[in-house]
Amino acid sequence: MLNTAASSPAPQTRVLVDFDKVDLAYDDTGGNAIEDVSLSIREGEFVAIVGPSGCGKSTFMKLVSGLKPPTRGNVLVDGREVSGPLKIVGMAFQAPTLLPWRTAMDNLMLPLEIVEPYRSTLKQKRGEYEARARSLLKTVGLEGNENKFPWELSGGMQQRASICRALIHEPKLLLLDEPFAALDAFTREELWCVLRDLWTQKRFTVVLVTHDLREAAFLADTVYVMSKRPGRILVRKEIDLPRPRDLDITYEERFTDIVLELREHIGRIRKT
Amino acid sequence: MASSKPRKDAWAPWVFTVLIVIVWQAICSGFSVSEFIFPSPAAVVGSLIEFAGPIADHAWQTFWTTVAGFGIGVGVGLILGFIIGSSRFMYNALYPLMIGFNSIPKAAFVPILVVWFGIGTVPAILTAFLISFFPIVVNVATGLATLEPELEDVLRSLGAKRLDVLIKVGLPRSLPYFFASLKVAITLAFVGAVVSETVAANKGIGYLMMSAGSSMRMGLVFAGLIVISAMAMVMYVAFAILERRMTGWATRGMDSKI
Repeated sequence: MLNTAASSPAPQTRVLVDFDKVDLAYDDTGGNAIEDVSLSIREGEFVAIVGPSGCGKSTFMKLVSGLKPPTRGNVLVDGREVSGPLKIVGMAFQAPTLLPWRTAMDNLMLPLEIVEPYRSTLKQKRGEYEARARSLLKTVGLEGNENKFPWELSGGMQQRASICRALIHEPKLLLLDEPFAALDAFTREELWCVLRDLWTQKRFTVVLVTHDLREAAFLADTVYVMSKRPGRILVRKEIDLPRPRDLDITYEERFTDIVLELREHIGRIRKT
Repeated sequence: MASSKPRKDAWAPWVFTVLIVIVWQAICSGFSVSEFIFPSPAAVVGSLIEFAGPIADHAWQTFWTTVAGFGIGVGVGLILGFIIGSSRFMYNALYPLMIGFNSIPKAAFVPILVVWFGIGTVPAILTAFLISFFPIVVNVATGLATLEPELEDVLRSLGAKRLDVLIKVGLPRSLPYFFASLKVAITLAFVGAVVSETVAANKGIGYLMMSAGSSMRMGLVFAGLIVISAMAMVMYVAFAILERRMTGWATRGMDSKI
């Protein structure tokens, strides 16, 4: 979690997530949701997965988080075969899924009430953990909203809180499933920067599922393009734009070139 | 600002009630309807005053049997709702049965209960229970079963056990459903108790109405109706207030200041 190399993208070489020829079948129908997926994600890397809707992106998330075991192949996370829920994972979705009867602060504390070692130390160290939650909320610009209930927050603010909740237990791996899809364009770009800053500061590993190509190109180190069902990895594209990236970069030609290239891949998939 | 609007309309039900009473009285006086068929409001009020003592006595009997049956209904409803709502298998196994059970008219149980327990308080309590627990089961089960799958993923990916998810999320989430069902259940419990009393009791408003009817004292029968409905309304309002107190977050805090 140390701020060792804020500017160069992910200098570590240790592999955190490793997929080796992974298939995942649907429940009964026999067809595969994803097929023959091999990829490895380095520690601290920011990965985006894009593809047409229904391409098994969310299925991919379930595999990484250990919520579903693969039908074939191996999923290694942190050097170990995934055989159940991983506690080093934080998740956020398109819907903020905050609990309406809890304040923003108490919503953030929820993971700490479940995951060890926080669960058993929560009583003694409550103050310390609350201070951590407060500073996290401050980082995403929610200072002073600790005691507000979800309905008192705007959609963008709720999503910020949701991302904070995913990060409160300092996971090594942050899984984001179209987290900004339901927001308006301005809020979305604002939250891109929030996520960028959080990632720059804490250097966790991110897997971002999205169908916004600009979002993928702006945030990620590596973009994977997935095909229609059964989902396969078609293209791996390294985004070599220098960091730190500013929103202005999205109007430069080298950025739009990348987006266009990704767009072309997606277009080709949709035609087949 | 949100609370000023309902207050402005607060007079509406009272005015409407008074209007109905006036029309009722006008019809009875105007067409000189016989007191033995359809008593006027004045006659009903007369009976209410004249028999205040016995009515209060019978009303108390009905009230406590209703509340007792309702209490059992809440307990059983909570447990069954929890079981059905927390497991898909139990949901599939028990839900059709519950629906089948609920479509039996509860009055049909009274003769059976009388055979088992004799005439009196016990059948009334049990009928109140049988009629009132179903909405509680359905609501609690629905609250638990409609948990957002994403939220469950968030918690399960952290290693949460099923019970963790139920306690942290499922139960608080189903509370608004539960309290909403209490309002429905308490009024149903009154129906159950009174139905049982009319058939098989020698005390209670149901019994009072039955015996007053057989001696053609229609004023007293209507007085009984009004007493039941008044008791049920008071209880309904009590549970509505409780609901707002307990789960103000579910109504988005609109009226939480009241």
